[in-house]
Amino acid sequence: MAATGRSFAQRWGVHIAVLLIVIVWTVPTLGILVSSLRDKDQIAVSGWWTALTTSSQTGQGRTDAADAQVEQGGRFVISGNLLEDGTALTITAFGTRIQEPTAHEAGTVAELEDGVTLQVNEDGSYVHSSPVAFEGRRGERVFFEASTPPRFTTENYETVLFSEGIGRSFINSLTVTIPATIIPILIAAFAAYALAWMRFPGRAILIAVVIGLLVVPLQMSLIPLLKLYNGVGAFFGVPAKTYLGIWLAHTGFGLPFAIYLLRSYIAGLPREIMESARIDGASDFEIFVKIVLPLSFPVLASFAIFQFLWVWNDLLVAMVFLGSGSNQLVLTGKLNALLGSRGGDWEILTTSAFVTIIVPLIVFFSLQRYFVRGLLAGSVKGG
Amino acid sequence: MTGQIISAILTVVLGVSGCVVYFWGANRLLDMIFPAHGVSSQSAIDNLRRQGLIRPWLFLGPALLILTIYLIYPVIETARLSFLDRGGQNFVGTANYEWALGDREFRQAIFNNFLWLAVVPAACTFFGLIVAVLTDRIWWGNIAKMFVFMPLAISFVGASVIWKFIYEYRGDGQTQIGVLNAIVQWFGGEPQVWISLPFWNNFFLMVILIWIQTGFAMVILSAALRGIPDETIEAATIDGANGFQIFWKIMVPQIWGTIAVVWTTITILVLKVFDIVLTMTNGQWNTQVLANLMFDWMFRGGGDFGRGATIAIIIMLAVIPIMIWNIRNATRETGGH
Repeated sequence: MAATGRSFAQRWGVHIAVLLIVIVWTVPTLGILVSSLRDKDQIAVSGWWTALTTSSQTGQGRTDAADAQVEQGGRFVISGNLLEDGTALTITAFGTRIQEPTAHEAGTVAELEDGVTLQVNEDGSYVHSSPVAFEGRRGERVFFEASTPPRFTTENYETVLFSEGIGRSFINSLTVTIPATIIPILIAAFAAYALAWMRFPGRAILIAVVIGLLVVPLQMSLIPLLKLYNGVGAFFGVPAKTYLGIWLAHTGFGLPFAIYLLRSYIAGLPREIMESARIDGASDFEIFVKIVLPLSFPVLASFAIFQFLWVWNDLLVAMVFLGSGSNQLVLTGKLNALLGSRGGDWEILTTSAFVTIIVPLIVFFSLQRYFVRGLLAGSVKGG
Repeated sequence: MTGQIISAILTVVLGVSGCVVYFWGANRLLDMIFPAHGVSSQSAIDNLRRQGLIRPWLFLGPALLILTIYLIYPVIETARLSFLDRGGQNFVGTANYEWALGDREFRQAIFNNFLWLAVVPAACTFFGLIVAVLTDRIWWGNIAKMFVFMPLAISFVGASVIWKFIYEYRGDGQTQIGVLNAIVQWFGGEPQVWISLPFWNNFFLMVILIWIQTGFAMVILSAALRGIPDETIEAATIDGANGFQIFWKIMVPQIWGTIAVVWTTITILVLKVFDIVLTMTNGQWNTQVLANLMFDWMFRGGGDFGRGATIAIIIMLAVIPIMIWNIRNATRETGGH
């Protein structure tokens, strides 16, 4: 486009506008990625955007009781540590009244009543000292403000993969997706070739039917197929919800798009190649296998990516045709179940969500070229 | 678990080799029954003609069989079931449809679906177009596009978790960990429970689909914009048109066809929207939509197939105009071929 006559402000305006859009579109995903790597206590008390900064929190502790006191140079002294072992907290200030948790800076000696002093250091160690012996079974309450350095961990991933069942669901998703992606390809390719290059009565009608079926809502198929599966299952005495059932269902639902996409590509192959092969005595079968199939590789890849993403991301078909036991629950179904049962546990939810989206994202980023090509060729499809 | 993986691999091998054996075997069989070689020339011609009649159907066979079982038969059966009672046993006439018209939840779902239809396709197309035009003008446009495009690979359930985290609400006095409430608070506003906010919560759910689908609109429209001949834009520039005039009067009219395709594609997707509503609210707080209501009736109280089928038919009725439009366009394009 002509770039003349545009002012400085207009040029920068475009950059800023695009940058804003990119930020709005990326931040949501970034949020769960960052959160999934954070400490679960920190997720609950501070926004993920503060993950890199030191966050402060208030806490309280109690000094040891009177029986821990020792006499030192005429004063009675209790010493110990307010913080648990292994914590990453650093105390910045402390106080003995809840209204003023930050009355004294860490490391300084606070003068309390009657000559009693209290010193709390950054690491939580304290010295409580008094001119007369301490009494009572409970120590002094101490309030403090502590800062936590940024802390990142892979603990959440270990938790969801091994004890929340996400790992198992990952395997289930792979089990559903791989056959459901590969099986339709050959079936669709033969049909697409027939619809593109063979002459027979009814061809135009069949093409119209395929295009019509592209947009038929999945909802139309659910009830009859559920009844059919239940019937078949009861007749043969096998469970109605099986992997075989969902493989075939995904094959069926993916076929119209597969045929449509492959047909428009195969129909665009140069006529001369087909005709010269035919003159050389090649049959349709040989032409298909030796010429059409190798030439169609890009479009086969496009379809495979689409089908893979669609099956991997599907929730509805899996909920209807697969059971909810751990041996059949796919990732999307598991994530949906977790949303119900672990509603507020964001360390579990964000991590599980990231595990479910990582495979499609890898496929997408590495094979984007084919994905876009398929999108452009098949944009009649209803998604 | 290992058994499960082995059976999946076995299925791939069996399925693919089954297909290969079928296609190869059926073709061989056809060649053997009607041989074209080693017979008199007259019968060879006859046999070739017969082969030509049968072979397309051998190629199409498996696809047609699967399409019939998984799509064509169910469409007819769903239409029939919508006139039967919950178990699919007795004919009840239009009782299911009458129920639907009078049901408060159904009306709510229809209303919400219209809301989705009015907002989502328009918003996706609009943002998609804006991004496509803007990114075309800058050197890092392709990188920017990639980021806008990315949500398209994310499942609706995954996206729901992502956005639920953004809408997260913490009670008064607690630190807000949801981005939206944090921003609201930063500007001095009052944090809200966004997904149960009457009426507006629908829009917060729509945002998720818009976030996902804008990338789709962008890619398609971007390709269409590239197809606009430079001369038309140059001519307009010479005539003194400014950026907005070029966009609205020169570029947009030339890509109307593509805009219509994007719009209808997203419309169909919106009619079927299910996962987002199920995972975000499950239809509570007046966010019900048809696809989720249908799923609900399929299993509610042991399942009411009559009502479920009726709701499916109503979704189908909304799709039919687009279906006809698609078929007419496609037949016109492939007319001579």
